[in-house]
Parts: sequence; C-alpha cells; structure tokens
Amino acid sequence: MSIKTTHELHQRRFGRNLGVALVLVGFIAVVFGLTVAKVTSGDFEMPRAEEIN
Amino acid sequence: MSDIGFNTTATATAREDEAQFGDFFALLKPRVMSLVVFTAFVGLLAAPVPVHPFVGFCAILFIAIGGGASGALNMWWDADIDRVMKRTRKRPIPAGKVSGQDALALGLALSGLSVIMLTLATNLMAGAMLAFTIFFYVVIYSMWLKRTTPQNIVIGGAAGAFPPVIGWLAATGSMAVEPWLMFALIFMWTPPHFWALCLFMRNDYDNAQVPMLTVTHGRRATRVHILVYTVLLAVLAVAAAFTGIGGPIYLTVSVVLNALFLRGAVRIWRRDEEMAEADNFLVERKFFKLSLLYLFLHFGAILAEAVLRPWGLGGWG
Repeated sequence: MSIKTTHELHQRRFGRNLGVALVLVGFIAVVFGLTVAKVTSGDFEMPRAEEIN
Repeated sequence: MSDIGFNTTATATAREDEAQFGDFFALLKPRVMSLVVFTAFVGLLAAPVPVHPFVGFCAILFIAIGGGASGALNMWWDADIDRVMKRTRKRPIPAGKVSGQDALALGLALSGLSVIMLTLATNLMAGAMLAFTIFFYVVIYSMWLKRTTPQNIVIGGAAGAFPPVIGWLAATGSMAVEPWLMFALIFMWTPPHFWALCLFMRNDYDNAQVPMLTVTHGRRATRVHILVYTVLLAVLAVAAAFTGIGGPIYLTVSVVLNALFLRGAVRIWRRDEEMAEADNFLVERKFFKLSLLYLFLHFGAILAEAVLRPWGLGGWG
C-alpha cells in the first residue's frame, strides 16, 4: 500500500513530527548561540603566531 | 506490510492511543523539572563567578534535560509500580501511550546528550556531576533503594538535591561549601515533603508494595518522623542564614517559613488516623502544599541575596 502525501497517517502524526522538528531547530539554534557566545567571550582564542612557531 | 490499517476498531483504538509529542514530554516529569531548573538557576547565580548569559541559559537547559532524562528512565523502570498506583496510573507508559522501550531509548539518549552538552558548554566537573546525579536517581534510588528500604526517600532525596551543586559547578568549575548548604536544604526537606504525601495518598504505596515508611513502620511512626525531620530542617535552614548564601532577607523568610512548617509538623504529629480521616487529611494536604512554597521561597531568598550583592544589599555586608 503506497503512502499518499495526504494520508491520514500524516495528520495523525503531524503534531509529533512538528514537535520533533521544532526541537531539532531549537537544538541547532542553541549550538550556534553557544558557539557565538564562546568565541566572542574569548574561550576559544586562537594561538598567537609566536606560540605556533 | 505497513502499519497503516483500514477502518477497523483496532485502528481507531490505536489512533486514540498513539503517542503525541506531549506524551514524550510527560516522560520527562515537567513538574519535577521545574524544581530542577529553579534550584540549578539559584546555584548558578549564587556562585561568585559571573557567567555569560547564554552559557548560563544553556547550562540550565542541559541540567533540565538531564533531570528529565532521569525521569524517563525512572518511568521505564517503575512502570509496574506506576500501573498500580492511582497517582501515577495516567503516566504515558501505564496509560499505554508510550512503550517502555521508547522511554528507555529517550532517557538514555537525553542522558548522553545532556551530559556531553553541559560539559562542552561549561566544564567537565559540571558534566560529571550531572552524570552522577542521573546515575544516583536511576540506579541508586529507583533500581535499588526504592523497593528495598523505608529510608528510600531519605537517601534517594539526594538526587533531587544535586541541581544547585551542578549550577554552582557550571559557573565556577570548583567545589565550595555554599552549594552543599543548598544541597542539604533540599536533602532535609525531601523526607517530610514526601511522607506528608504518603499519609494522604494512603493505600497507593501499600498496593504497589513499595516499602515506604507508612507501609513498613506504620502511620504513627511516619508522623513522628515528619516532626523530627522538620525540626532538623528548621535548624539547618535558619543556620544557613549566617553563611555565604544567607543574609537579612533570607533570615526573615526562613524564620517565618520554618515557624509555619514546624507548626504544621506538630499538628500532623498530634493527629491520629481517625482525626485525619474525619477531615480527609486536610492538615497533611496543607503541610504538603506549604512544603512546596517553603522550598521555593527559601531558594528565592538565596537568589535575592545573590542578585542584590553587587549593590551591597545582599548578604551581611
């Protein structure tokens, strides 16, 4: 049995899928925000040239 | 064969029982999570090291997710008990909405995610303490103590007391006395809070054969225990006013709340079952409600002292 795009299954699981999608988008936003916060607060300062050499 | 059925009764039932997003969220025990969030937040802000606001937000978020993960693992393990008890019968697993295996998978995945993310966002000490808290709640409390000893809630209460310590560690990366005072406050508060619940939930724990104090030592002994623990808690809570987390605001709040809490414990101690049943455990119910306010306001006062400190208003100056 093929699944049509408008199948009842999609309606039934819409809320769940939407919830998971929002959680994933939220997680991406958190990781991105954390990266920005860490980089701008100097936690990941690049090593100076003389330290590398 | 796909899982798509035709219009049968079975399909209709499956549709009604199908887990929604909210059912998975309910596995994380949102009400317990709110306590975790608040106490961890206070631990984070009471620490003497300033934290970047977004890093602080992430720390609280991952501590909350870790707390939720341990809730899901607890529901997976205790599904048989939850099925019997009135209070827990509607939880997602006993209600047939979520399978035990799904709860286990969600709990394990979120445990790993929260510990790794908290470590990356803050430091290894905080991540390790979160991992230990999940282990303590799931293995030490749920799997071991809960079904074997009437002291389950006393020792197991430690699991709920760790969040302010994790919050403090997230900010500082090192141990100090202050977060352990907050730990002690929740640790000593948990037994009278839960035993009051046991008194008015009456047969729930008996039916589930969980060795709560009311079941093993009787209801009279439980009333005595509530009084003793409340006296010890009052001494600790008021004494904490004169430490690094306290101050005049905390002292005022603590004296008032402990006077009310002690009065409630004495009233519980004076009553017998006949009196309690006559008013449907009114005093016990009021004590339980007060216990929620008690913890919230104590931590609120610690927060107020910490927030006002930069202006020279918090603490004892």
